[in-house]
Amino acid sequence: MAAFGSFSLLIALALAAYNLVAGALALRMIATGREARISPERLADTARRAGIAGFVAVTAAAFALVWSVFANDFSITYILEHSNRALPAAYKFAALWSGQEGSLLLWAWLLAVFGFVLRLRHKADVKLYAYAGTILAAVQVFFLLILVINAPPFALLPAVYAAHPFGVGPAELLALQQTGIVPSDGNGLNPLLQYPEMVIHPPMLYLGYVGFSVPFAFALGALMMRYPGEKWIKTTRTWTLVTWLFLTCGIFLGMHWAYAVLGWGGYWGWDPVENASFMPWLTGTAFLHSVMMQERKGMMKSWNVWLIFSTFLLTILGTMLTRGGLVSSVHAFAQSSIGAWFLVFMGIVVAVCIFTYLLQRSHLKSERNLESLVSRESSFLFNNLVLLTACFVILWGTLFPVLSEYVEGSKVTVGAPFYNRVAVPIGLFLLFLTGVGPLLPWRATSLRAIRRNFILPVIALWVVVAACLALGVRPWNGGAFDTGSFYAVVAFALSAAVLTAILSEFVRGARVIRRQTRRNLLSSAVLLTRRNTRRYGGYIIHIGVVVATVGLAGAAFNRNIEKELGLHDKMSIGPYTLENESFTQDSNQNYDSEFAVLNVYQNGKKQFQITPEKRVYHASEQPQTMVAIHSVPEWDLYVVYEGTNPSTGQPIIKAFLNALVGWIWFGLVIMVFGTLIALAPSLTPTLAPARVQVAQTEPVAAFKGGD
Amino acid sequence: MRLPKVLEAVALAVAICFSVGASSPNGRLYDLDHRLMCTCGCAQLLGECNHVGCTSSTKELSELRTDIASGMSDQQIFDAFVAKYGATVLAAPPAKGFDLVAWIAPFAVFAAALAGTILLIRRWGGLKGGKGHPAGLTEEVVLDPAERERRERIRRETSVDAGAEGGLRDE
Repeated sequence: MAAFGSFSLLIALALAAYNLVAGALALRMIATGREARISPERLADTARRAGIAGFVAVTAAAFALVWSVFANDFSITYILEHSNRALPAAYKFAALWSGQEGSLLLWAWLLAVFGFVLRLRHKADVKLYAYAGTILAAVQVFFLLILVINAPPFALLPAVYAAHPFGVGPAELLALQQTGIVPSDGNGLNPLLQYPEMVIHPPMLYLGYVGFSVPFAFALGALMMRYPGEKWIKTTRTWTLVTWLFLTCGIFLGMHWAYAVLGWGGYWGWDPVENASFMPWLTGTAFLHSVMMQERKGMMKSWNVWLIFSTFLLTILGTMLTRGGLVSSVHAFAQSSIGAWFLVFMGIVVAVCIFTYLLQRSHLKSERNLESLVSRESSFLFNNLVLLTACFVILWGTLFPVLSEYVEGSKVTVGAPFYNRVAVPIGLFLLFLTGVGPLLPWRATSLRAIRRNFILPVIALWVVVAACLALGVRPWNGGAFDTGSFYAVVAFALSAAVLTAILSEFVRGARVIRRQTRRNLLSSAVLLTRRNTRRYGGYIIHIGVVVATVGLAGAAFNRNIEKELGLHDKMSIGPYTLENESFTQDSNQNYDSEFAVLNVYQNGKKQFQITPEKRVYHASEQPQTMVAIHSVPEWDLYVVYEGTNPSTGQPIIKAFLNALVGWIWFGLVIMVFGTLIALAPSLTPTLAPARVQVAQTEPVAAFKGGD
Repeated sequence: MRLPKVLEAVALAVAICFSVGASSPNGRLYDLDHRLMCTCGCAQLLGECNHVGCTSSTKELSELRTDIASGMSDQQIFDAFVAKYGATVLAAPPAKGFDLVAWIAPFAVFAAALAGTILLIRRWGGLKGGKGHPAGLTEEVVLDPAERERRERIRRETSVDAGAEGGLRDE
């Protein structure tokens, strides 16, 4: 299988290179009108077919790696280092992306899948798709080059390679294992990765990373060919939104994995790898907003092109940070010297983008007409300003240790206190804009309309501030000013205001429809959403952001306690009392474990049992915490089995009461729901009038506007 | 006029609440152990290191308690930790020397971007409050209505789903 996989990669590289060269030649011939023995259209089609064949070749390579993992072929270095016989099947599959070579293969395979879909849909716009396909082929060539030269996933153990350069079959493998040349078992998967979410979190994140290659390819292609109008944006809208959804899910799943596996009670540590996934999300979100300015007003064309260029570059930077070892991180599971490759590639991409932009910038002349500072257009400008500043802050904080070491010769740490002081206020400002934006109409508005739209959100804001203070949520802790509580109160108040603003938009629009159709308000709101899925799907996403923000703000009220618990000893945290019912050990083929069975009492009554656990995996001899979590809307009871006291043999238990954490995950569910609605087509005008007779005199602006 | 007075009263109450209070040793310990790093290599804040038997965090926390009890100022405590463990023990760069740049740059960039955005809005006529176009702008800005309509039509016609939403658009 090693030879099959290696040759598949080689063939894929050759096909991608052909796709790039032939595609570029064909497009050049079309652009210049130059004659040749083969028609440029036919040449471009052979390039497209090479791209499709490339997908088959990369899929074959990915299949070969998965097959080798399941066949326990430890003659392949990657399999030896990332798998073992006792590893459960789901995690064997996850071994594909648990190491550097495998995750780069996953990158290449996902890119091949996206490219395959794109090339199959080429009839939508043959020329634009030919440009996009050729640009994707260039990206694919880069990843396949790394896989073939620098990080081959099918590299054999040196002793095996010396005797069998094309790999070994099952019988030879058995013989080599009996002679000890090939180990009989592998080193196993990193215990931190042996968690159900790790089977879906990396693919989600990579789908997000890789997916941004497609809008990038369309944007660059459209600029190269001076594509008329805004059609390319509409063509890529679904790609961009789906990609954004995958990236969002990937980030949240990563947060949940960190929360449930790392055992420190938190979900976001501002680690460079976490930051790397967040930066393209910020620029991608900015693009999804500002692109509406281009679609509706013909504005910000250059800005949008550079936003999508930057987003793509940040996904490459993210991959480099994860895999290249430029900055130290607790999440970078596979580091090596491939950073230089990525730097060169990013340099080439930047050069191509700048060159193309300078050459074609006259094509990007935009409308430059704003009728009022207080308008939807202005709010999008400020939204972009804040998102981009947040991205800069995170990039700056991530790379500052490298800069500091270069300038001063010594490293510094840029951790949570830095981001809490700098990024949190920016985030709160963004939350404020999330509420303001939907209340402002396109073009301009009157002072009276502003007052009418803002009165309810402002009331909600101050009611929540007063309620927080009355309920004891105050910005001081033990007498000292507590920044965390202060930010939490501000976040709660702003969240209430934003939620009120969005819901009032729904109610306003639904009331108009109710008057026209005599439906009830809920049914009217559903019809309103179906009529303009993009706009109201977007509002639902904003509601998800608000709900997640409330959950994030809850971190200010977390508390914890650590205690050695003998048999029937008790510890209390918040409303809960934990009693040690028993503690014992267990073992299976994959790991040994120690765990405690804790009875949890509330108001003197036993409510439930939880069993925090600590495992030590046989293959890697590494420990792993299995946190016990009981989640209710108000908080999570989060219990960690920290180990045993060597002198008494009794377990040490650490319990956290983490406020409102469940809201973060619920916020994600709402965001996914909103995105799916935004992706669905709106009711067409041919159907809408048949169902609803729109009265000309009604103020229907609430459900107009597209966005 | 009653609403602004109510808001003023609430704002005053919040301001008073925020300004009240004196520091306590526990609050200070929590504050400081969240501004220092555990040096065992776990990349966690000192107050959040969760390794049982982690000799680094236990030792550092003990030193921190001793320093607080001896009446040292925050800066003296940080200096002592840096002297002993190196600059990476601080969870954020100190606001002095070259590291000050780390703190200034985000706000400088934000201020510059904000100023740029306001200038852009002004240049695009958003601060004039009317529909007139300022002099000296490019020909794109000062299009006559017929030309603007022509461009709008082109944009609509070259857009895939212009017709799909057209019936509900306000343009």
